[in-house]
This record gives sequence, structure tokens and C-alpha cells, in this order.
Amino acid sequence: MRYTEDPLFWRAGAIATTLFMSVVLAALTIDTLRQITPGGARVPSYDVINSSISYEYSPDRGEYVPAIGGEELLFGHRYTAGEAARLIAKGKLVIQSRACIDCHTFFGNGAYYAPDLTRAWLDPVWARYAGPKRADRMAKFLMDPFRLGARPMPNLNVQRDEAEAAVAYLKWMSAVDTNGFPDRFGAPGVQ
Amino acid sequence: MYRSQRLGLKYLGASVIMFGAMIAFGVLSSIYYIQPGFLVNIFNFNSAKIIHIDGLVIWLLMGFIGSVYWFVPQELEREVDGIGLAELLFWVFCAAVAIVVLVLIFVQYGGASQWSMWFINQGRKYVEAPRWAAIGIVVVAGVFAYNVIGTAVKAGKTTGILTVLIADLIPLLVLYLDAFPQLTNMSQDLFWWWWLVHLWVEATWEVLIGCIMAWTLIHMVGASRRVVESWLYVQVALVLGTGILGLGHHYFWIGTPRYWFAIGGVFSAFEPLPLLGMVVHAVYDAGSRHLQAANRPAFYWTLAEAFGNFLGAGVFGFMMTLPQINMYSHGTQWTASHGHFAFWGAYGCGVIAVLYLALEKSRGCDGIDGRAWKWSFALLNLGILGMAGALLVAGIDQAFFERAVGGSTWNAYLSMQGRPWFIESMWARFVFGLVFASGYAMLVYDLLAIGKSQRGAIPQPIATAGS
Repeated sequence: MRYTEDPLFWRAGAIATTLFMSVVLAALTIDTLRQITPGGARVPSYDVINSSISYEYSPDRGEYVPAIGGEELLFGHRYTAGEAARLIAKGKLVIQSRACIDCHTFFGNGAYYAPDLTRAWLDPVWARYAGPKRADRMAKFLMDPFRLGARPMPNLNVQRDEAEAAVAYLKWMSAVDTNGFPDRFGAPGVQ
Repeated sequence: MYRSQRLGLKYLGASVIMFGAMIAFGVLSSIYYIQPGFLVNIFNFNSAKIIHIDGLVIWLLMGFIGSVYWFVPQELEREVDGIGLAELLFWVFCAAVAIVVLVLIFVQYGGASQWSMWFINQGRKYVEAPRWAAIGIVVVAGVFAYNVIGTAVKAGKTTGILTVLIADLIPLLVLYLDAFPQLTNMSQDLFWWWWLVHLWVEATWEVLIGCIMAWTLIHMVGASRRVVESWLYVQVALVLGTGILGLGHHYFWIGTPRYWFAIGGVFSAFEPLPLLGMVVHAVYDAGSRHLQAANRPAFYWTLAEAFGNFLGAGVFGFMMTLPQINMYSHGTQWTASHGHFAFWGAYGCGVIAVLYLALEKSRGCDGIDGRAWKWSFALLNLGILGMAGALLVAGIDQAFFERAVGGSTWNAYLSMQGRPWFIESMWARFVFGLVFASGYAMLVYDLLAIGKSQRGAIPQPIATAGS
């Protein structure tokens, strides 16, 4: 019997391939987790919610990237690192408890029934409100939603403290470097 | 018949019921797209969607578990170890699924607390089931693994297929533990979530269905074990060799480093290879048998599995997976098109093939044929092709107009949802969903009728074995 006709030959190949790929994935995972820890190279620390955030075209990278600017307080409050972390942790609980991801998408992941929330904080629908009004308008919308175009947002019994936490979460998330996704978001002439 | 095989039939029966629930909530979900405001604040879209996609996971899992309980005692020629515990846990599993569905229908969501995570809804796609239920799934999967491994140990022997299955059960169980964490950082949350979703669906589940289809081929057409096992090893090498780092195609846009573009793009491009191999082999087998087999529905569903897996998972997946395309296709109905076709082709067809095979043996038939299975085969496959096609048109429409031109803002998204091409696609998806549902009704009718009225089947005395 030729060796290619022996199942054990193919079994050895399957084991070797699987082990090699698993080791490579483990190494990449360690490096990736280091880079996506809050405060790391790609994911901002939670107290970024005290700053202004925009999404600008980078000629060097050839894509849109989040830009962190000067102080721009959220709900008129300057959060310490600990307060910001607790607020955003609560925001994530709001998002999970209401299963937001089963209508919306986050970084493009989720359901496709409602708009992507990756840059919701920067969306022209909300960004037209100057200064502290933007966060307040978003919080009020979450508590008492109105219909936007073809999609009625349901009332999910969101309380004021929950709404503020969710808005803080969306502001923090808008500062994550997502390799240019979504492309041309809020570019001149795009509404 | 072994007790384990009777348990396998129960799991397969429960799987058919969950398949029906998944279809019902899928059709319901499609109505929200064509009737804005449908059931808003009563039963919101996300509740219907959760039961649809979680129902998908459960019907396939039950189908896989049932298939393994059906084949393992035949493979080792002995009763499965710990069968009493497995039988008890079947009812616990069914009760848990029923409670979760009732909670998702009548409670739907809770406040921002750990209580909600434990008892109502975890709010992570595909693993929304509350933690208590997720623990239940771990227990069921653990006992299932114990049944399979313990039986091989007691028998003092194993086979190539069973060894692959045992090796696969370990990552299958370990990866599911990812259903529990509640991480604040969305980038890390999605990073690990994809380990669960991708490494289940595009790695461990592919290996699991590979084992099940290997047994199916041996029992259905008497395929050579040596050839089947060699092919299974090649499949494992190709599936895991491409699929493990193919995980990278989910890491383009979630905050992860840029090197995933190259890794995800290249390995995703290779992911269709094992699926193409299945098609080549299926065409060869089908040709050499002139499309004839005693159990014709099982044979045709096996062929459908090979083609559906290649087209739905392989071709439709590759079509949208390169980062240059994915930048615009990601998160649109294009993804839903791929998802529907892939799950059906890769797994749904395989579970139905085993159903026909198990019913042929359990009801003492010597072959199955007739008209009903042909109708269900045609309607189900026409329905899925129609849904995948309609969603593809809608997704491409979104990729161009909402993403590339509109810049993905809320206004771009909302105006896209009102465009005629998009709305027409959603209507087409709804209609083909009804076609799919009618195919399901015909499938249930046929499964119930097999062997009972000699419709297309020749009853034979049932061989008994074991306790």
C-alpha cells in the first residue's frame, strides 16, 4: 500500500496542520489583546469621554481615523478614570440588557434592522446639536424614542441614568480606531 | 435498536420541532422589514430575531447530538455509556429551551444589571440565552462528551471517525464557555465572541458534520471506511488549516490591528478549498452510482449538503470576505444572505440526510422513495436560494448606495431602507420564506409518513440489539 493510501498519513497531516495554526493564532491573540486594551494603541481609555472626538481623513493612512481633541465634557461632568470606567461598564450592561445588537450593529456586527452604532456619537443626526445639547438629546431619545425614517425605535424602558451610561458608551466607542470603517462617514457632502 | 439510538431519534425529533420554530420566527422577522412599525413596543424585532437565530443554533445542535447518539453504538457495537443520564438530560434540555423561549417572548428584556444577564437575556448575538441556560448547555454538552468518550473507553477501541469526533468535542465544549463573560470593552468582547461564533461554525462544527457525513456515507451507500477516513483527515487538515486563521476576516473593523487584513484575507480565500473537495467527491460518488441509492432522500440531501456548503459557505462567503469588499459589504443584508445559505448548506441539509437514514432503519424500511420528499427537497432548496438571492440584491444595494456613496450615516441607512430595490428584495425574501416554510411542512408530513403507509418504502422486520 502506498503511503497516500494509508489514513494514518493523512491523520498526521491533520494533527500537524491544526497544531501549527493553533500556535500561530495564540501568538497573534496575545499581541492583539495588548493592542486593544483600553488606553492601548487602538482603543482609547474610558476617560476619553471628557474630550471632543471627530472622524477625519488621514492622508498618511488613506482612510478616516478618529481624532481626539480638547476638553468637551459629557453632561457637564468631568469624569475621573474610575468614574468613566464604571459609567461605561454600566453603558455596556444597558446595551446587552436591551439586546441592542439584535437590531443595530456595533463595528458592523449584529443585526441589520437599524443603523450601525460605531460612530453614532458623530452622526450628523446628533452632531448638529452644539455642546452639551448633543448628549442630552441622545439620552432623551433613548428614554422616549421617536420615529426616524423607515424604522421606529421601540421604547425599552430606559431610565435616565441608563441612558447617560449608554451615551457615554457610544461616545467612547466612536474613538476606537477601526481601520477606516465605516468609510467616508460624515464626509463633506454626506449626510 | 440501542437505547442510545432511541435517544438519538428523540433529539432528531426535537430538532425538527426547533427547525419549525426557527422558520416561524424567521418569517415573522421578515415582516418587520415590509411593515414598518409592526408589533413595535409589543414584540420588537430584536425579540423575534433572537428566537430565530438561537432557534437555528439549537435545532442544529440537537440534530448533531441526535446523529451522534444514533451512530456511536453502531460504530462500537455496544450501548452508550451513561445512557440513563443522557436520557434524563434530554428532557432537562427541552424544558430549559422551552423556558428560555417563554422568557424571551413574555419578558423580553430587563434593566442594566447582572440579574438580566443571569435570568433574562445576555444580549450577545447567538448567545442571548441567560447564563443559567448557558450553564445547562454546558452540562448537556459535558454529559454528551462523557457518553461518547466513556463508550470508547469501555469498548476498549475506537475508529478514525470516532477519534476525530472525540478530539473535536473538546474545543467545541471549551469554546462555548465564551458564552458567559460580560466584557465592557466592545473590541475585546467581539474579539472573543468571534472565537465562539467563527471557531464553532467555521471550524469545530465543520469537523463535527464531517464525522456525521462520514458515517452517513458508510451506512447509506456502503462507502469504504479507509477512503472515507482518509477524506475526513484531509477535510480536517483543510478546514482547520484555513479556518483557524480564517478567523481573521472578522477582525478587520473591530479595533484590531491591520495585520488581520492580510491574514484574514488570505486564509479566507482558501476556506472554500475543503468545501470544493466535498463537491468533487460528491459528484464522483453520485456519478458512479447514477444518482441511485436505496434511501433516495438521504442520498439527495447528502449531495445538497456538499453543494450547499460549497456555494453558501464557500462561494458566498469568499465573495464578501476580502477587506476591500468587506469594508462596504460588512453589516449589510449581504452578510445575512451568506449566513442563510451557509447554515443551510453546511449543516441543515446534513441533519435532514441523517433524519431520513435513521427513520429508514428505525421504522424497518428497506429504502425510501416517493413524491413527498421530492416536493419538500425542491421547496426548501428553492426557498433558501430565493431568500439568499433576495438578501444578496438588498445587500449589494446597501453596499453601494448606503455605504460607498452614503457614507454609512443614519440618514444613509434609513433612506436606503426606503428605496424601491431594497423594499422589493425584502418582499421577495418574505415570499421565498413562505416557500421554505411550505417545504418544511411537506418535510414533516413525509417524515411522519415514512414506513407507516408503505408510501415509497418497503417495511422490513426491525433488527434489535443491545438492551
